[in-house]
Amino acid sequence: MDDNILSSRVFRMMAYLIITIFSLLCLFPFLLIISGSLTANESIIRDGFHLIPKVFSLEGYEMVFIFPAQLIKAYSVTIFVTVVGTLVGLFLITMAGYVLQRKDFKYRNPLSFFIYFTTLFGGGLVPWYIMLTTYFGLADTYAVLILPGLMTPFLIILMKNFIKSAIPEELFESAKIDGANDFRIYYSIVLKLAMPGIATVGLFLALTYWNDWFMSSLFINDVSMYQLQYYLYNTINTMMFVSQMATGTGVTLGRDIPTESTKMAMAIVVTGPIIFLYPFVQRYFVKGLTIGAVKG
Amino acid sequence: MFKKKGFLYELNKNRIMFLMIAPTLLFFLINSYAPMVGIYYAFTSYDFAGGLFGSPFVGLDNFKFLTQSGILLKLTINTLGYNVVFIILGNVISIGAAILLSEVRGKLFKKLSQSIMFLPYFVSFVLISVLAFNMFNADSGFVNQLLKSLGFDPVDIYNTPWLWPFLITAFYIWKNLGYSMVIYLASIMGISDEYYEAAKIDGANIFQRIWYITIPMLKSTFIILLLFALGSIMKGQFDLFYQLVGNNGVLFNVTDIVDTYVYRSLKVNFDIGMATAAGLYQSIFGFVMIMTVNYIIKKINDDYALF
Repeated sequence: MDDNILSSRVFRMMAYLIITIFSLLCLFPFLLIISGSLTANESIIRDGFHLIPKVFSLEGYEMVFIFPAQLIKAYSVTIFVTVVGTLVGLFLITMAGYVLQRKDFKYRNPLSFFIYFTTLFGGGLVPWYIMLTTYFGLADTYAVLILPGLMTPFLIILMKNFIKSAIPEELFESAKIDGANDFRIYYSIVLKLAMPGIATVGLFLALTYWNDWFMSSLFINDVSMYQLQYYLYNTINTMMFVSQMATGTGVTLGRDIPTESTKMAMAIVVTGPIIFLYPFVQRYFVKGLTIGAVKG
Repeated sequence: MFKKKGFLYELNKNRIMFLMIAPTLLFFLINSYAPMVGIYYAFTSYDFAGGLFGSPFVGLDNFKFLTQSGILLKLTINTLGYNVVFIILGNVISIGAAILLSEVRGKLFKKLSQSIMFLPYFVSFVLISVLAFNMFNADSGFVNQLLKSLGFDPVDIYNTPWLWPFLITAFYIWKNLGYSMVIYLASIMGISDEYYEAAKIDGANIFQRIWYITIPMLKSTFIILLLFALGSIMKGQFDLFYQLVGNNGVLFNVTDIVDTYVYRSLKVNFDIGMATAAGLYQSIFGFVMIMTVNYIIKKINDDYALF
């Protein structure tokens, strides 16, 4: 018996140790970026990146905020796309999830499969790209940043399971007997009782929209329409080009531009809101994953 | 009025529900089904002026080129190889982390460490490219600074292909550990305490309790996650690979997956026919794969079948 208590204690100590190491490894790259954003550019070039700035400076942030117009534009594009996409997407997903879990809806299984099948087989990236650009003329529009991301089969199935587990079948039946129509039931029962699930799906949608850079890279040529993440991507590549020009040709095009610290500062400015909101929204994701893992 | 149980009868009876799901059906019809017509490009030498049916038909030439040049084989090996490693290593590490975390007693420590490990899941892949550059670039990268200060020669990591399979895997795990750990942790929390109490009374030590209770109880969660992963085994982690490697051709041999090849063919080389062919190959391969897996699962245990 004593042996058992001892081994439990040793195991627990190991657990603390290993989990601490894992956590530090997860945190470490973030600290490196934060430190980089607060380091003088010359110091980064001379001494490299370190966990604690060797020469403290805010020049990276100054650079980011000297010409804030484009950054603000990219921020507004992303906020607009995220808000509209999430709201419209949620509306459609909740309706679909609700209908697909109604037992008296005869075609729920074939229609579920119609949606699910798209995860099994598809035309691939290129036919989709050509269709949207050539046949729908969606290149360089805000619509293309929003429409394709509105729904995924995974989110619809997740929502269906949420509604199924949150609302007992009898509630629908009694509402029907009371004379409520199917939309009314959705509107006044589902939207109220499935709120935690709706929050989870909404946050999944919002996170995807917020972090998206791919749609901009495929469809947008106009710099003023770039999403935030793609704006960051573009800035990094421009900075890279500037500093390579400087070292490659001796032309000090970038002498006055603190390229390295600006990149890091930009990364912080772009990621900031996520980190800030993270503690508040994290539990919804945990809940979503937990219920989503249940097959339905 | 309508034939009972017929389609029109149903349509009329549940017209509101049909209206409610119509936008979703339309969405998938346009976004997912309509592009399937474009599979035809795979058999053409695409011509921007010609459009869908105005481009010259070349039969299987695109596939012939992809096979004979060895590109398809390389892409297949890379895509499958990375995904297999991701599945195995990802699951083993997150099961391990979940078990360790479930044994931790401190509430605050538990919450805090879970939050920190889940954090990388929330940041964009563009940030990951910044992180990677920060650590690995030849001149100022953290790794090289560390090597120098320890007296070693710096390594030009972006020109050293053999390192990248390890780095990409490490970043994959870094980004997804928290996500799958949360799922496993939830199933561990669902295991009844009675099992553990009974085992304790029988004198089982902590390792025996984990080995004979916790791990077997995680089997069904593991199988569900495994099946989902097998279903998309031909789909590469495009964001991860593209943001880490980008257009750095030096690394392509060990880092190019179908998705990055298709993207480059479309955006850099404008080779529509070839890109569609590679994409179609990926779709069909993946489809056959998932059908086979599902068929086998159905034979073994119907409960786990995907559909």
